[in-house]
Amino acid sequence: MTATLSQASRAAPPPPRTKKIAGVGERLSAYAYIAPFFVIFGVFGLFPFAFTFYVALFDWNPIGDQVFIGFDNFVRMFGDPRFWNAAGNTVSIWALSTVPQLLLALVLAHVLNHARLRFALFFRMSVLVPYITSVAATAIVFVQLFDRDYGLFNWLLGLVGVEPIDFVQSTWGSHLLIATMVMWRWFGYTTLLYLASLQSVPRSVFEAAAIDGAGPWQRFRHITVPSLRAVIIFTVVTSTIGGLQIFTEPLLIATGAPLTCGAVRQCQTLTLFLYEQGFGQFEFGYGSAVGVALFVMVVAIAALNYLLSTRIKADR
Amino acid sequence: MTTTTAPRRRRLDRVRWWTYLLLGVATVVCLFPLYWMFIVATTDTATATRMPPEVVPGGNFLHLAGLVMDTVPFVQSLLNSLVVATSIGIGQAVLCALAGFAFAKLRFPGRNALFLVVVLTMTVPTQLSVIPQYLIMSELGWVDTLQALVVPGLASAFGIFWMRQHISATISDELMQAARIDGASTGQVFWRIVFPIVRPAAFVLGLFGFVTAWNDFLWPFIVLKSPERYTAQIAIKALQNSYDVDLGLAMSGSFLATIPLVVLFVLVGRRMVAGILEGAFKG
Repeated sequence: MTATLSQASRAAPPPPRTKKIAGVGERLSAYAYIAPFFVIFGVFGLFPFAFTFYVALFDWNPIGDQVFIGFDNFVRMFGDPRFWNAAGNTVSIWALSTVPQLLLALVLAHVLNHARLRFALFFRMSVLVPYITSVAATAIVFVQLFDRDYGLFNWLLGLVGVEPIDFVQSTWGSHLLIATMVMWRWFGYTTLLYLASLQSVPRSVFEAAAIDGAGPWQRFRHITVPSLRAVIIFTVVTSTIGGLQIFTEPLLIATGAPLTCGAVRQCQTLTLFLYEQGFGQFEFGYGSAVGVALFVMVVAIAALNYLLSTRIKADR
Repeated sequence: MTTTTAPRRRRLDRVRWWTYLLLGVATVVCLFPLYWMFIVATTDTATATRMPPEVVPGGNFLHLAGLVMDTVPFVQSLLNSLVVATSIGIGQAVLCALAGFAFAKLRFPGRNALFLVVVLTMTVPTQLSVIPQYLIMSELGWVDTLQALVVPGLASAFGIFWMRQHISATISDELMQAARIDGASTGQVFWRIVFPIVRPAAFVLGLFGFVTAWNDFLWPFIVLKSPERYTAQIAIKALQNSYDVDLGLAMSGSFLATIPLVVLFVLVGRRMVAGILEGAFKG
């Protein structure tokens, strides 16, 4: 339909305007075209972000009073073992999901980049299927697959004589379960990001290395990995920011105590703790303080990544 | 030296068996949980918990689907998800193409500074400000409405960045000038010349917006209150609350909520893959 319109416009152009009016019109249109983003992001992104720091200074009850209490929420948070427990869980789940995921994605991207690979599109599409599956559906299936009594995974373990593992109720089990879900959902997407970057490396580089006697491992180590440096740093940063905000998986796996992810908070993440305080206990001020703490962690880890990557760059 | 070159080269070109083994295992790992969802969604509780497990679908799907509909208004939830995800997908595609066009091809004071601001906003972790976001929604009276999901979802800094790159690469300045000489206004240039050319890229962007919106959980979970407003993901959570009623129930709900995306992926997943492979990291 748009194509027909464009043909029509070429056949009968509207009356030409003077250059000056077109210039003003261009500017006005430009501002009009970018305005929606700035308005929407300002109202629903930037303002709430700044407002978090403000709310964090209050004892803020959404259906009661808002009392300014300075930094009391932060003092309380630093002395709150539930906060440190959630912080520890978050870092543990993040490390368990990110490190193996990125390594696996590197290997898969390397093999998917082979020029003569058959069914390449099928494999590329298959690894993206978990990405289109929702976190909620993923959690429901994985909890069932890893169930202590009726799960397929424990049944398989039983075949080789291993005692069933109660993944949800144990600390390590629940962290592994959540990390597995995160990894399952994202490794294919990361693989394709790496593959995109790898495809810009000329094939002749790999061929020349092979002719010079470099084996598969050497080609992987000395060509694939270095040429992906920028995208690896990018995925480390994004998976860190994403990993610190894990919420849905822990909420859905412990059905008995969803807001704490289990009776002893064995898998409660920081974002879930934020939700519990904010929308479970209606302590908006304290919840916002947790949000500020999460933000500081994101910034710190991003800065650390930046420093490490410039260090690596300098060393090379 | 020359004698060893030829066989080595041939060895490089050949795909080894372990490559297919590795990719085969990865494919099974990716597809099996969805298959398992289907199995449990079509069998009764007793079958789902039997060991060794069933590996063929049963005939219980319609019964379980009916049970899902009785427990939560699931058809309504699917419709809500469809409305929200489609609005966000189309809205993002159009708004990002417009803004990307402005940043790529139009001249106006502050262009570079404003574009830098757009890029910098990508670093703001907005998910952490859900409490003030909720306060804003209650000020606007938008709590428990679908526009509370749609409107914030329309802005995508990454989308603008992506469309700007794409428009810079595909629309030449000569084409712009030719259109101008013909007397077309800026709006006409965009709608009749630029948008038809970049529509495939905008479509892929809209697809990713659609999928992300369809699968979103935290924000809908906070802002939606009544069951008839639930999106499919929140309906799954509601089904899980009645987990003890029937194990298959939450699975059937998950399956029903995933099917539309699987169908979409079979139809246009190829373009999503191409979209990532042509993405910002090429080159």
